[in-house]
Amino acid sequence: MEEISAGKLLGRFDFLTERPSLDWPAVNCPPERLLEFLGILKEEEHFDMLMDVAGVDWLDAPIRFSVVYHVYSTSGHSYVRIAVDCPDNENPEVPSVTEIWPGANWHERETFDMFGIRFAGHPDLTRILMWEGYPYYPLRKDFPLAGIETDLPAPDVAEETQARVKAAPMMGGPFRSTPEGPMSKSEPRGEDESWTEQSEKPV
Amino acid sequence: MTTTEYSYDSKVEGDIVVSRADAVINWVRSHSVWPMPMGLACCAIELMATGASRFDISRFGMEVMRFSPRQSDCMIVAGTVTYKMAEVVRRIYDQMAEPKWVVAMGACASTGGMYRSYAVLQGVDRIVPVDVYVSGCPPRPEALLDGMIKLQEKIRRDRSLRNLFTA
Repeated sequence: MEEISAGKLLGRFDFLTERPSLDWPAVNCPPERLLEFLGILKEEEHFDMLMDVAGVDWLDAPIRFSVVYHVYSTSGHSYVRIAVDCPDNENPEVPSVTEIWPGANWHERETFDMFGIRFAGHPDLTRILMWEGYPYYPLRKDFPLAGIETDLPAPDVAEETQARVKAAPMMGGPFRSTPEGPMSKSEPRGEDESWTEQSEKPV
Repeated sequence: MTTTEYSYDSKVEGDIVVSRADAVINWVRSHSVWPMPMGLACCAIELMATGASRFDISRFGMEVMRFSPRQSDCMIVAGTVTYKMAEVVRRIYDQMAEPKWVVAMGACASTGGMYRSYAVLQGVDRIVPVDVYVSGCPPRPEALLDGMIKLQEKIRRDRSLRNLFTA
């Protein structure tokens, strides 16, 4: 079987643009041509397994949200990475690929749960990790790691226990790693923002 | 009180044993704790090891793990309690019959542990009253057994008879 390359894909599909990649071929695809492209990729190029669906939040970029798909060929033993930019920053939406790979179902639910990216045509687009009714999308860049105070999912339990969802104490953390330098310099270190749910986070 | 005060001496007492009601009730309760394994994360693996033959929790009369809260006395919260799961933990606790005890096993159940995060309850004591906290990540079975022995000591100090009439 002929090995797939970004150049081959770009030559065949004129709507794709090349995407920088250190390992496997990677392309950008416009959302309106996504299903067409991925359908052909699966049926004709035998990329039969969807390994991952991930969201990216670029925060201040003109296009805020992207969705990244990793597809794998079990016969060719190679990956292709496809990124789709969501056109609307307020209500990001891309087409669902569950019709092509049924395994995308939970991946897309998780991406929706964490980033608030909607997948048009998904059979059951509900939250999968957080509870129904949770008001935030935790993996967005403007969401603090410690969380935001809100109500417990069950009102009767909240009333009985007086417990709430509270921001977690960040004493000694959060731990961040820097991409530069040798590993001894770039390993995760606590930034020690030293604030708790009682004391305000220093600006 | 020493043990001889309420042990049976047939030469002196014949068919009668004299003791305090609290001592008898607490003795019975502390040696037949039926745990409810609330296994939520890796601590549950150590909990299973505690139940297995090498550590053998039945030496202390606690081997009857019941997966129904209605038959249990002691909920062992073994693992990370997320806010989504907190509701379930509380409901199961509510279904247990009195008297009941809670053991927070490991760092996560005690304080949230390493999960300083938007999703994790920072200590199960925010939703249920905890009697014994066991440290460790996860605790070894010896540590859990030590915690359970501490719980037995606590049960033995209980004013059970008074609680019967005031509860």
